[in-house]
Amino acid sequence: MAYSDKVIDHYENPRNVGKMDAKDKNVGTGMVGAPACGDVMRLQIKVDDAGVIEDAKFKTYGCGSAIASSSLVTEWVKGKTLEEAAAIKNMEIAEELALPPVKIHCSVLAEDAIAAAIEDLREKRGEKTESAA
Amino acid sequence: MANLNIPVYLDYSATTPVDERVAKAMHDCLTLQGNFGNPASRSHVFGWKAEDAVETARKNVAALIGADSREIVWTSGATESDNLAIKGAAQFNKRKGNHIITVKTEHKAVLDTCRQLEREGFEVTYMDPEPNGLLDLAKLEAEMRDDTILVSVMHVNNEIGVIQDIAAIGALTRSKKILFHVDAAQSPGKVAIDVDAMNVDMMSLCAHKVYGPKGIGALYVRRKPRVRIEAQIHGGGHERGMRSGTLATHQIVGMGEAFRIAHEEMETENSMVEGLRDRLWNGLNDMEEVYLNGDLEQRIPGNLNISFNFVEGESLMMSLKDIAVSSGSACTSASLEPSYVLRALGRNDELAHSSLRFTLGRFSTEEEVDFTIAEVRKAVEKLRELSPLWDMFKDGVDLDSVQWAAH
Ligand SMILES: Cc1ncc(COP(=O)(O)O)c(C=O)c1O
Repeated sequence: MAYSDKVIDHYENPRNVGKMDAKDKNVGTGMVGAPACGDVMRLQIKVDDAGVIEDAKFKTYGCGSAIASSSLVTEWVKGKTLEEAAAIKNMEIAEELALPPVKIHCSVLAEDAIAAAIEDLREKRGEKTESAA
Repeated sequence: MANLNIPVYLDYSATTPVDERVAKAMHDCLTLQGNFGNPASRSHVFGWKAEDAVETARKNVAALIGADSREIVWTSGATESDNLAIKGAAQFNKRKGNHIITVKTEHKAVLDTCRQLEREGFEVTYMDPEPNGLLDLAKLEAEMRDDTILVSVMHVNNEIGVIQDIAAIGALTRSKKILFHVDAAQSPGKVAIDVDAMNVDMMSLCAHKVYGPKGIGALYVRRKPRVRIEAQIHGGGHERGMRSGTLATHQIVGMGEAFRIAHEEMETENSMVEGLRDRLWNGLNDMEEVYLNGDLEQRIPGNLNISFNFVEGESLMMSLKDIAVSSGSACTSASLEPSYVLRALGRNDELAHSSLRFTLGRFSTEEEVDFTIAEVRKAVEKLRELSPLWDMFKDGVDLDSVQWAAH
C-alpha cells in the first residue's frame, strides 16, 4: 500500500516522542488499543495552571498510519485548552494524513487517546468526568 | 557493490524471478519463427512440434516428483490444482463419504476450497498443528473416520517454511484407503519429492516459485492405483478430460525447464541458500525478544520467519523500504487479523503482529544479507524507541496482566 507523504513524514520524523511522569498531577495519560489488535497508543498531555496543554508526548506500537496519527495529535493538542483538544475529531486527522478507508481506525484510536488522556487528568484533579467512550 | 541489488528481494516464497534459461526457452515458443503451434493440432508439423515440447516439459515435471509423465495434468497454477484435486476428488467420491481432513495452516487455495465444499454439504475437519507447525500423526489418525474420503496436507508451508512428514501421512492414508492430496507449491527444488515413496495420490505444483513463469501449474493424479476426479473446467477434453483448454506451450515449456533446472541444481543451490539463511539468522538472533516461528530443523533452507516482539510488522516493513519482505501482520482489514498461520501455531497475537517473513533464493547474495541485517537492526531499534510496549517490558510490566481496552 502506498502511504501519503504526510504519513511518511510523521513516520520518519515522529514529533514529540517520549514519556512523562504519569504520577505528576498535571500530566494526563491515555493508553488505548491492545497488542492483540496490532496497535497501542500512549498519549500524555501536560497542562499549565490555566488548563492549557503546554506539552504532549506519545509512543505508539502499530502500523505507520497509527504512528503518524498519534504524532500528529501531539502537535495539534499543544496550546489548546482541554475542551478544544477534546473537540478534535478523527475525521480531521484522517483527512490531514489522507488515510485510506482501511486505516481510519488509526485516527479513531488517536481521538480515543486524547479523550483518555483528558479523562485521566480530570480524574486526578478530582473533577467530575462525563462518561467517556 | 556488484552483489548488492537495491531494493533487496527477500520474498522468494511469494514468487521468484524467471531464470534466464527459462525465459529463453519460453521465448522460443511464441513467434512465427518459434514453436507457436497448438499442441492439439494433429494434422501438421506445427502441432507436432508443440506437442513434443509440451511432452518434454511433462517429463521434466514428472521426473522431479518421481511420477510418470502421464500422471501430470497442466493447470493455471497451484490454486487451480488445489481446486481441481479437492473438489474433483470430493465430488467423484461423494457416494463413499463426505468427510475431508485438512490443516489450519494450509494456503487459502485449500482452505477456501474446503469452505466451498462445506457449503455443498461436505464436512471438513481443520486440524491444529503443533506449536512448531508440524502435524501430530496420532492426532491426525484419530480424526480419520469411515466416511473420510480425502486428506489434504501441504508439503512446505509458505509462511514458516516447515516441512510436513508427507511419507508418514501417506502411509496412514494409504492403509486406510483415504485419498491423499498434497499442496507442494513451495517444495520443488527445496525438498526431495517421491510421490510413490510418499504414497501421495494428488499433488499440486506451480512454476512461479521455482524460477518459472506465473500462470502455469500442474496437478499430479496417480494412475496406479487409479485416482479419479471430476473435471472442473469442461471443453475440448484436453488433459484426458481432466482440464480442458488449449495448452499454453510457452508457459508449459517454461515450467518444464524450471523443473529440470531445479532438479539438477537442487543440492548446490540449497546449501548456498541455507548458508545465507543461517548468516541472516545469526545476524539477528542476538537481539532481545526475537523469536523464530516454526521448526528450525524441519524447514526449507530459504525461509526465516521471525517475530520482533513489541514492534508491529507493517511499520517495520515501512522502515525497510529498501528490502522486499512480507509481514504476518495484516493491519489493513477491519478485523486487524494477524497471520492465521502463526495463530494456528498458538503464537499470541502480539507475536503474530510482530512477524516478518524473509525468504531467500537463487539470486540472493552475502552482501544483500549483510545489508538486511544492518537495516533490520536499525529499524527494530528505532521502532522500539517508539513503542509503549517496549517501555513497559523494560519497566518489568507483565503485558498479559494489563487490562487492554480492546477495540
Ligand atoms: C502453498 C501454496 N499453495 C498455493 C499457492 C497458490 O499458487 P498459484 O499462485 O500458482 O495459484 C501458493 C502461492 O501463492 C502457495 O504458497
